Amino acid sequence: MSDQRIVPIVMPKWGLSMKEGKVTGWLLENGSPINPGDAILEVETDKIAGAVEAHESGVLRRRVGEPDTIYPVKSLLGVIADPSVPEEEIDAFVSSFVTPSADDDEAEQGPKFEFAETASGKLRYAKRGSGGETVILIHGFGGDLDNWLFNIDALGEAATVYALDLPGHGQSAKALDKPGLGALTVAVTNFMKTVGIDSAHLVGHSMGGAIAMHMAASDPDKVDSLTLICSAGLGPEIGTYVDSYVAAQGRKDLKSVLEQLFADKSLVSRQLVDDVLKYKRLDGVEPLLKDLAASLFAGQTQQDQPGARLASGNAPPALVIWGKQDEVIPSAHAQKLPGAKVVVFDDAGHMVFMEKASDVNALIKAHIAGS
Amino acid sequence: MARKISMRQAINEALDQEMARDPSVFVMGEDIVGGAGGMGEIDAWGGVLGVTKGLNAKYPGRLLDTPLSESAYIGAAVGAAACGMRPVAELMFLDFMGVCFDQIFNQAAKFRYMFGGKAETPVVIRAMVGAGFRAAAQHSQMLTPLFVHIPGLKVVCPSNAYDAKGLLIQSIRDNDPVIFCEHKNLYGEETDVPAESYAIPFGEANVVRDGKHATIVTYGMMVHRAMEAAATLAKQGVECEVIDLRTLSPIDWDTVIDSAERTGHVVCVDEAHPRCSIAADVSAMITQECFKALKGPIQMVTAPHTPVPFSPVLEDLYIPSADAIAKAVKKSMAH
Repeated sequence: MSDQRIVPIVMPKWGLSMKEGKVTGWLLENGSPINPGDAILEVETDKIAGAVEAHESGVLRRRVGEPDTIYPVKSLLGVIADPSVPEEEIDAFVSSFVTPSADDDEAEQGPKFEFAETASGKLRYAKRGSGGETVILIHGFGGDLDNWLFNIDALGEAATVYALDLPGHGQSAKALDKPGLGALTVAVTNFMKTVGIDSAHLVGHSMGGAIAMHMAASDPDKVDSLTLICSAGLGPEIGTYVDSYVAAQGRKDLKSVLEQLFADKSLVSRQLVDDVLKYKRLDGVEPLLKDLAASLFAGQTQQDQPGARLASGNAPPALVIWGKQDEVIPSAHAQKLPGAKVVVFDDAGHMVFMEKASDVNALIKAHIAGS
Repeated sequence: MARKISMRQAINEALDQEMARDPSVFVMGEDIVGGAGGMGEIDAWGGVLGVTKGLNAKYPGRLLDTPLSESAYIGAAVGAAACGMRPVAELMFLDFMGVCFDQIFNQAAKFRYMFGGKAETPVVIRAMVGAGFRAAAQHSQMLTPLFVHIPGLKVVCPSNAYDAKGLLIQSIRDNDPVIFCEHKNLYGEETDVPAESYAIPFGEANVVRDGKHATIVTYGMMVHRAMEAAATLAKQGVECEVIDLRTLSPIDWDTVIDSAERTGHVVCVDEAHPRCSIAADVSAMITQECFKALKGPIQMVTAPHTPVPFSPVLEDLYIPSADAIAKAVKKSMAH
């Protein structure tokens, strides 16, 4: 097992609740050369589908995972090794492989999530990693910290990463005084105060990007850098998503609304729709979302554009990431923040950080390291 | 936050959260506190199956242990509802409703209509239903069809803890009389349930499994049997869509018809007797609405037209099995 030349490919753990995944197909043949970042096989969970990517280089020596079969997290799916390693050694590696239990994982990494009692109410958050830099992931309208399932662990390798549920979202308190961009930004500031963060690299998606920019404009000392993903707050245009998300009452309505989020519509699984519907039905959620929508996006127009307040002078270093097929906020807004590094992915939508997870993770890591 | 809890706990939590939210909510029934005066033990039982345990201590005076007279306390609950309260009356076994037919059918169900829409009767009658509990013929019936037949009543029968909590909260908030049927063999079933309160709207079926070859329409405990059958059939290459009706009145015809039109093969599963059952009702409506989409005759899998046997062997035979459901799917698909 300690042989450095043999590297296992295992069932990844995408997100806090994933316990198992289904192998849907292999993208490479036995004997294919592999480089870090190469997509090796496809895996589907009850929430989402994605590709398992290589972290090492070598040759794909053995495909262990069978298509259409479900494996627990960390199970052996394949073997990467140098061509010089004999077949017998690969056989021995496969037969002696022991899948670590998921419980060990939690013991190593601490609890899946915690709650912080802040001046803006009780907020749920997850924490990963212990690096010197601090990163806060801020989800968008109607989202929650689980949106970062493909990102939080990867970013945790390079920094101390927090992801929180904004008020009215996920498992945080379903109440907020004067709902709007100001109150949401104060909530993130209060969260930072409660868990003891002086300043952080803010990574905001959609409405979370507007929050990050609002904080950078009003409280620049708290913001080390900005990563804005399909961000609100850079221009007035916005699609029908927010209004239809709030209005959707049943699974069928909601499914077509959620399909606006992805370039690949098949990523909207039954479980994803169910989870969002369950969240929307919690007492207090719908009125709060209505108030937030009215304050931020009334008349299908972004009411506040903190991006404009950043253009003048001491803005923190900014990285802007977009999916060209974004149906919620036009990708043209990517060009609206002067001085920012801009990356637009052609075949991704509003959830570009899920659809292009490893590319986005690499961009964020480089941005944090460089700023 | 969501955690796994049983249907028993989910129902308790729904009552707890609605009592905390609305002071007009109160609970009445037989031995729901613990049998007042029984050895001086208060809150010992929480009903025959422990569903209301702990609530009496939390809401003193709002759980009323009643005499063993369903006629009296169901009538009292209906009256209290008509006067602005939101009572939740526990009938224990739905089989006992025979002695309070008038209170339910002629009074509660009629007030809104006969008073020209000026009266509301927000009463919930909770009761255990279903066989498999070795409780014999007078405590095991699936009497849902009797209530569905009456305009003015809403009828709910959850299949899992998540639905039970959200549907009971909706039942309590609803301004019409609701018959809330709890399958006694599902009290221990655990699912992920949010700790927060939430309401599931009436008339929305839950598609618990997607499939393109056949549709199984059912509710309550039979959802689990249907899922078992669907899992077996999937291994043989037959993909069944399983629809959990959740509320029987109102009923979600759109979801049922839409699925029947897509698959063309329909099996209606009901733990009630076959005549005038939910299964018969659904079959008739599908035939009327989308006859041309059907590729085979609609199959009904129900309990037989006999009382529920007390012999465990016979009782097990009485309840529709996963095997019977799978056979019915194949029978329709043979056409």
